[in-house]
Amino acid sequence: MSDERAPGTEAGGELERQETGARPGAAARSEVPAWRLVSTLGAAGAVAGLAIVLVFGWANPRIEAHRAEVLRQAIHEVLRAPDSYATLFVLEGELVSAVPADVDSTELDRVYVGYDAAGERVGFAIAGGLPGYQDVIRLIFGYDAEHSELLAMKVLENKETPGLGEKTEKKRDILSGFDGVVPPLEGVKTGRGTGDESEVDMITGATISSRTVIEIINRRLESLGPMIDVYVEESRESGG
Amino acid sequence: MTVHESSEEIVRHAPGAPVAGLPGRERTPAQDLLRGVWRENPVLVQLLGLCPALAVTNTVENSLAMGLATFFVLVGSSFLVSSFKRLIPSEIRIAAFILIIATFVTIADLLLAAIVPDIHKALGAFIALIVVNCMILGRQEAFASKRPVGRAVLDAVGTGAGFMVAMLMMGSIRELLGNGSLLGVSLFGPSYEPWIIMILPPGGFLTLGFILLAFGWWRGRRAEAVPAVRRWPHGVASRRAA
Repeated sequence: MSDERAPGTEAGGELERQETGARPGAAARSEVPAWRLVSTLGAAGAVAGLAIVLVFGWANPRIEAHRAEVLRQAIHEVLRAPDSYATLFVLEGELVSAVPADVDSTELDRVYVGYDAAGERVGFAIAGGLPGYQDVIRLIFGYDAEHSELLAMKVLENKETPGLGEKTEKKRDILSGFDGVVPPLEGVKTGRGTGDESEVDMITGATISSRTVIEIINRRLESLGPMIDVYVEESRESGG
Repeated sequence: MTVHESSEEIVRHAPGAPVAGLPGRERTPAQDLLRGVWRENPVLVQLLGLCPALAVTNTVENSLAMGLATFFVLVGSSFLVSSFKRLIPSEIRIAAFILIIATFVTIADLLLAAIVPDIHKALGAFIALIVVNCMILGRQEAFASKRPVGRAVLDAVGTGAGFMVAMLMMGSIRELLGNGSLLGVSLFGPSYEPWIIMILPPGGFLTLGFILLAFGWWRGRRAEAVPAVRRWPHGVASRRAA
């Protein structure tokens, strides 16, 4: 690209700008043609795009691998260390293990089914999210369909108040509180429970976060529970 | 267009108006480098880039990651803006600067997500918001677009380091009081009851307020200690900042 500025050395140009206080290019410029504005920005955009694409090509497989690893660990945790797990897609009100080629599987809701070493099904891992106190809380929980009870719960994402709602993610006795609970869940204040098997202790000072967690689990089971029952029934009939 | 330009020139030449990049006498490279670190620290003196300084400084780790990301974007942008200053027509300079800055931010975002995913998650939207950090665009407009490449990079390194200093000050105070730890290492033992407020947004404002108070007090004392005749460049700098 041609240099339209006044001739002069680097130092001379520098001095001239300091004297006039003008910005670079202003001294010798009367009208910059429109094509130059467009082509400069266009070329800069093309170079920027190329740079981003190159970095993206390097970074994306690593980001995806990390995301898959986080999900794998979460499933491992809520299904109590299954030997393997498979993905089931929700398609037209049914759980299917494979989707037709013309359906984009990334758009579909899904649950994960875990198996132990003997190939026995240990339960279903279901992820879900709802707005909490600050932002969306996302969690995953394990559900044993045979006994209709929860296995465990793990919060995947939360921006709740540190020290209060954040405890849903970090505090161990709260997490284990979901073990063996029979849905639909019912939140009770600590120490006020009647011993019912649907009760979960709420966190003092984090009523909204606690309710959100309970709400997520209940709503997800409400919509997916019947499909899971059908799936379990069918596999029992076919597999024996 | 011509009218605009001449009025712009009048403003630029108005007596007493601070003209960025045009000091009374030529600055040395060392001054270009050091100015941003302390005397014209972007956060503590110029009060720029406060959004990340308040939002993500709840731990030292987050502060460090944000400081490094901003440093990378600032130095990269200043280098490119200064290198291509003759090719960028004045009319589209803001668009070009933002394009350059946004590209570096996208790269920083991807690199953080690939290398340190947990920190990337903790910083959240604030990485993307580096694009609109006024400190970065300010250095391009006031310095890099007018200066040789070497000086622009020195200035960016100094300003980026100054931002990092401020972020680490905020981060260590807030993590220490709000969590009883530094870089995740517990210092006060299990009996310490953390001041939760320090890692919440109000803690950011409180910490910044007290740091600015201490900084102002220190500068005031220093100014008193220096004879009036030798003081004027400092005085000018602090009045302008105020």
